[in-house]
Order: sequence, then structure tokens, then C-alpha cells
Amino acid sequence: MSDATAPKAVAGPLNFLDDRLGSTNFFQRNVKKVFPDHWSFMLGEIALYSFVILLLTGTFLTLWFHPSMEEVVYNGSYTKLKGVQMSEAYSSALHISFDVRGGLLMRQIHHWAAVLFMASILAHMLRVFFTGAYRKPRELNWLIGINMFILGMLEGLFGYSLPDDLLSGTGLRITQGVAESIPLVGTYIYMFLFGGEFPAGQYGDLIPRLYAIHILLIPGVILGLVTAHMMIMWHQKHTAMPSKNQSNEQVYGYPFYPVFMAKTGAYFLFTFGVLALLGAFAQINPIWLFGPYDPGAISSGSQPDWYMGVLEGALRLMPGQGTEWVIWGHTISLNVLIPATVPLGIVFGGAMAWPFIEQWVTGDKRRHDINDRPRNAPVRTAIGMAAVTFYGLLWLAGANDVLADKFHVSLFGTTWFFRFAIFIGPVVAYIVTKRICLGLQRKDAAVAGHGVEAGIIVMAPDGGFSERHEPAREDEMIKILSKEKARAEAPAVDANGIPAPSQKGPMGHLRSRLQRAMTFDDIPIEEHGEGHGEGHGHGDEKAVGSGSGKQLGH
Amino acid sequence: MIRPTSNDDKTRTGISVKRITAWRRRPWAGYAVVLAALAAIAGLYAGFSPKTDRAEAAGTADAQADLANGRQLFNQNCASCHGLNAEGTKDAKGKPIAPSLLGVGAASVDFQVSTGRMPAMNPGAQMPRKRPIPVFDTEIKTDYSEPEKREAAEKQKAQAEKNIHDLSGYIAQLGGGPSIPTADQVDPTKGDVALGGKLFRTNCAQCHNFTGQGGALTGGKYAPELSKSDVTPTQMYEAMLTGPQAMPVFNDSTLTPKDKQAVIAYLVQTREEPNAGGNGLGRIGPVSEGLVGWLVGVGLMVAAAMWITAKKPKKLKKLKNS
Repeated sequence: MSDATAPKAVAGPLNFLDDRLGSTNFFQRNVKKVFPDHWSFMLGEIALYSFVILLLTGTFLTLWFHPSMEEVVYNGSYTKLKGVQMSEAYSSALHISFDVRGGLLMRQIHHWAAVLFMASILAHMLRVFFTGAYRKPRELNWLIGINMFILGMLEGLFGYSLPDDLLSGTGLRITQGVAESIPLVGTYIYMFLFGGEFPAGQYGDLIPRLYAIHILLIPGVILGLVTAHMMIMWHQKHTAMPSKNQSNEQVYGYPFYPVFMAKTGAYFLFTFGVLALLGAFAQINPIWLFGPYDPGAISSGSQPDWYMGVLEGALRLMPGQGTEWVIWGHTISLNVLIPATVPLGIVFGGAMAWPFIEQWVTGDKRRHDINDRPRNAPVRTAIGMAAVTFYGLLWLAGANDVLADKFHVSLFGTTWFFRFAIFIGPVVAYIVTKRICLGLQRKDAAVAGHGVEAGIIVMAPDGGFSERHEPAREDEMIKILSKEKARAEAPAVDANGIPAPSQKGPMGHLRSRLQRAMTFDDIPIEEHGEGHGEGHGHGDEKAVGSGSGKQLGH
Repeated sequence: MIRPTSNDDKTRTGISVKRITAWRRRPWAGYAVVLAALAAIAGLYAGFSPKTDRAEAAGTADAQADLANGRQLFNQNCASCHGLNAEGTKDAKGKPIAPSLLGVGAASVDFQVSTGRMPAMNPGAQMPRKRPIPVFDTEIKTDYSEPEKREAAEKQKAQAEKNIHDLSGYIAQLGGGPSIPTADQVDPTKGDVALGGKLFRTNCAQCHNFTGQGGALTGGKYAPELSKSDVTPTQMYEAMLTGPQAMPVFNDSTLTPKDKQAVIAYLVQTREEPNAGGNGLGRIGPVSEGLVGWLVGVGLMVAAAMWITAKKPKKLKKLKNS
């Protein structure tokens, strides 16, 4: 190893590998890979490590679980169900819970890991969205991430359906309804998936099918996507928050070996620790309390796991009256089809399309390696918050009977509240968020233009009092000045009076209008300008309000 | 006549409560109670065995309720809404204020009064369970260390029990109806838990939730919690038998007394069963699990991430890497 900067502890193993694989260059280059430091960059790692724990605990569970719908009479050690007829799947899940050493702990860690896996993906996705980290060149990883979340939803649904308890059977019943609501092919899809009629299919095929999908197919696909996600991230390098020494060309942070490796290794142990704590002290999915599935039984407060809650909420809010049509002898169940597809279609379809919509509207096709502060992209942040509100309200609506019961409000009252709130809430969230962002930008502009309030009151010779302003700290200024000026609107005509291709036609007009809407209230932030900050910001708004957007570029 | 089967019935009429209390401490009291209970079971069993849709009054009372006292209590506490003859009342538009009590039976009175739902305080969508008014409060504290205080409390409790008994007897003699179940009928240790679970999931869980945590119903109504220990087996039985408020009636041909006992056994065993997996999170299913997953799970992980990224290695400097 001639490279003087290679850490000593790696040199030996690298030599060994290089002699056999000729891989020194690869390893040398990559162990020094630099990772930026910010707590929010760790959210995705929670998902990665939860996934590892899911694979490990899931493998443990497969050793005892019987994916079979064969009817058996329970005779295990949980006395309350002794002598009850149930499927072998349910009975073996009870066996894991009560008779396999460590089985209940593993089951609970597995389930908590699933909850945390999905939660951390969503949290990670929100971080990426609000900081603009999905922008070029990272759109592909953004799409992969969303697809992993959708696959995770299916994986979770099939997973918690396996024990064949009362709650999971209820979920499968809804799954059946959703499959059947698909026009034309719904019945075929339902029969194909279930292998016959609900609940078991003709030959009891349902649980074995879900099992194969749950332990083999979807985890395999997710594993492949995780690998792609990580490799693309490694290749493209991590984005970074605006800071000193950080530039679009260079990542500034700690090298993978030894610092980041130690940190991320510790973080894996933290993930494992938190999941073990939850698995040991917080009961999750107590299938023995739910009882075996029986198509004639149901419990109040039947909810799916949290990541399906938004679908549950949509289904609960959908009015049933007049939304089931019969056309040429075919039933079209819009009352199931709409809640099952439209809300999540809007959220995830919108999320997938957003990077490209944003590029199209702003015309910004540059590479971005430094993140935006959320306040500096008010429209994006506001749209994000509108989506969060929409999703969050539907999610809450999924628990409307629990809310009604625990907070002593009327059940129908909650339904009607949410029916309106899912339309009004996002609009309010958009307006409020955008105003907050602009307010924060004005504050930044004031700090950049006039400095920070020092808290020192000075008396002038003529007796007037004023507060001294001092320039902000360097790292603060770097953060504040990281805001890019709004891009000038592309001119409608070129020098020869020929309409610009991108502005032509109805789409071109739409594009210009959207761009104007996105940038008209931009607040310029400059360090030494006079009169910048609040006053100037207002001036710009007025100028643009009268129809001209040209002076926006400065 | 309807008669409940609590052990001090026999000596009730005309005998002061002090003497009842004294008698209860006699050496033979235990045997007398067992005998009385057996007699009562025999009597009630005779009342239940005919194939009637409703458990009709078992008219084998060997000790009568003090009807005069019952009537007086009714006039004082119930008649203002239910009418002087328990016929029910209506407002000016003909909308019922309070239902007729003719034929509701002793079981219904015992349920409503012992759970504190009646006498009602505020008319609403549903009468909540509350502490009964003092004359009917059988749940008062009696374990005082001072003998006088304890005696007074026991006396008050015995009087409350007698009052409920008298009131139930009074209503029952107005129009019959299901009687109060015997202690043996509601004994949770004698029920078939596995059967009870099946029946509970099919008939009860849809409103009361799979562990009896209760749930919301339409129109501001709700299915109350059954998981608290103050819901006695007798009250569970009476509720199934009489269908109070929003609850349907599960008469003896829908759920036989044995089935009812099985449901009681399931409920009592479920609420006494410790949570095998740690904290039960309210036993309401995935809603509280999701909340804990986000608040505790994601919360702890974010705290860990902040801590880890705040740690700066002493020797190594940050690098730039293009």
C-alpha cells in the first residue's frame, strides 16, 4: 500500500484482497468516501437497519410458522383458546407466541421493525422532499424510494394477514373488496389472488400464496431496490446542507472509514436496541386477544397498521349513497374504487411526478448537490405541507371510531369533519406554510442586510435610542446566503420577435403562469444591499403584481 | 314476586340493619348463606328452564322485597321522569322523555341503578355509568380501621343493597320481567371460556372491541368499557338479558344462560389476563401501536441520530471529497 493516507488498519486486509481480486483501487477510493453530518441524513438508515432486522427476525419466524389454512383444534398452552377450531396458520402463530422460546419477542420485534421501517421511509422521504434533495441528478433514487414505500405497504399487509387472526381477516376482506372493485377485471383478479372464494380459496391457497409473496417475492424486490438505492447514492454522493466548505463540486464531511463507519455501525445498534426495547416492553398485534378469523365476527376499532391507515380513512369517509353504479349489468363500485386508488394516487403519483414538474416549470435543469432550506422554496414546502395535511387527515380519519370513543365526540361528527377537512385542510396548510416561509425569508433578508440585533441599546447624541446590529456569524451567513435568486422568467419572444418554443401554445402559457406563481413573491437576500429586506421584498411583490416580472432577477 | 339471591334476604323485612350485620357474623351464617343460595338457584333454575323467550320472573320468592320501601324510593327518585305509575312520560310534542318500566323486570332495575346510570342526571344520547346516588351506592368504602366508622359504612352499604332490592322488587311486581341472575349463574369460573370467546367475537366485539375496551356508536352513543373491574359479572348478565340503552337484548334463546356465563367467563378472564407482550397499549389494536411506533420508535431514533451526528471525533478532521 503506497498510499500514505490509507488508514493502517485497512492496509493489511486490502493487500490480501488486492492480491486475489485486484480490488485495491476500489476499496481505497471508497473507504475514504466522505459523508456529510446532519441528523436528518440518518432517517433513511433507520429504514435500512430495520429492514436488516426484519430479514433476521423474519427468518426466525419462518422456522415455526405453518402457512396453511388447514382446520385444526388448538391444544397449546394458551388456555383461553383451548379446544377452539382455527387454521393451522393461526395455531402456529400462537405456538410461536407462547411455546417457542423467544418466539413472542421475535414476533414483536419483527412487527415493530415493520412499523419503524415504514415510518422511517416516510420521514426520510419528507426530509428529501423538503430539502429538495430529489432534484437532478437524484430523481431516480426518489422514484425508487417511493416504490419501496408502496412495496412496503403491500409487504406489511400480506405480513400481518399471515397469522389469520380476526383483525387480519378483516383486512383481507377489505383487500378482496378492493380487488373486486376494479372495473371489468376485478372479479378475475380477486379469484386469481385468493384462489377461489374468500376467505380461504378453493384449496386453502390464500395463506400459502401470501406467505410466498411476503417472505420471498416482495423482500427480494425490496432488497434489489435497496441495493440500487444505496449504489446510486454512493455513486452520486450524498447531498449536503449549505455550510462552510461545502460546494456543489465537493462533499465536506467525515470519511467513511473510520468515522462514518463507526457512526453508522453504532446507529445500527441503536436501531436494534430501540426495536428490542419496543419488542420487550410494548405489546404489538396480540393475535391471541383477537381470536381466530371468523367471517361472521368483527371487532370495533378494527384498524390496519399505520401505513395502511390512510386507505382505511379514505374508505371510511367515502359516501356510499349513489356511488355504486350498475352499467350494462356490471357493478361499478366507485365507493371502494375511489378511496382505494385516488387519495394515494394523488399523493404518490404527485410525489413521483413532482421533480419533473418542478424542472419543467422552473426550467432548472442544473445539478444540485446542496440542499435547499425549506423556507427558500416556499411553493415546494407549501405543496409538501398540503400533501402532509391531506395524508394526515385521511390517516386520522382511519381511526375515527377510536377518536370518537376516546375523546367523546360524535362518530358521525368526525366523519363529516374529515369529509370537509381533507379538502379545506390542504388549502389552509398551503397558504399558512407559504406565508411562514416568506416570513422566515424576510427575517433572513433582514439579517443579511442589517445584521442581527445585538441586544445593545445605544443612545445617540441627540437623545434617541437605537439597537446596535452586528453582522451574523459566518456559518449563519453562509446558510442565509445559500438561497438562490429566483430564476428569471424566460422571455416570451427572442431577439427577433419569434415566440420562444417553451412559451408557445397552451402548455407554454401554463408553464409561464406557473413559473410566475412560483416566483412572483420571491424575496431577494443580499449581504450588503441598502434598503434590502422587508421593504424591498414588498416593493417587488407590488411590481410583479402589476404584471411585470422582469426585475425579479436583480 | 321477584327476589334477588343475595345472602341476607331472609331476614330483611322488618328487621333492623344492625341485626342483619350482627347475624352475618354468627358462626352459622356461612351455612345459612350456602343453603339460601342453593334454594335460590333451584328456584331460579325452575324459572329459567321453561322455553320462554325472555327469562320470566321466578316467582318462588321466599323472602319478599319491602314493597313499601321500594315504592317510596321509586316515588322519590324515579317517578319524576318515569311517571307515578311507572308508565313513562312524554313531552308536549309526544316525544318520550322516559320509557315505561312496566315489564322491564328486576334485572333491568338492578343493572341501571347499581351502575349509577339511573337515576339519570342529564338526559343525553346515552346515560353514562357513574357513582350511584348515596341511597343506592353499594360501592362505598367499608374498610375503615375505626369500628364505628366501619359499622356505619357497612350499615349504609347494606341499606343501599336493600334499597336496590326493594326497588327492583317493586318494579317487578308492577309488570314482571326478567329477574336478577343468581350468583351461581354469573360465576365466571364456571363458564366455558373458549365458547365465550367465540360468542363474544360474534356478538359483542363489534361494539365493545375484542378485549371489551368499548367503542363509538352512532348518534353520540357508545358501547361502554367492560374491561374495568367495577363491571360486575351480575351487571354483564343483566345487560345481556335486558339490553340497556343501545344494546340489543340477548334473551335466553339467543344466548342461553350457559352461553351468557361463558361470555362472562371470557370477559373476566380477559381483563384479568396479563399482557404477554409487555404494555398492552390500551388493547385497542394498531392505532395505539402506530402512535407508539412514531412517537417512541422514530422519536428515540431521531434522538440517537442527533446525538451521534453531534459527536465530533477528536483527531480526525473533516475531508473534502469530490
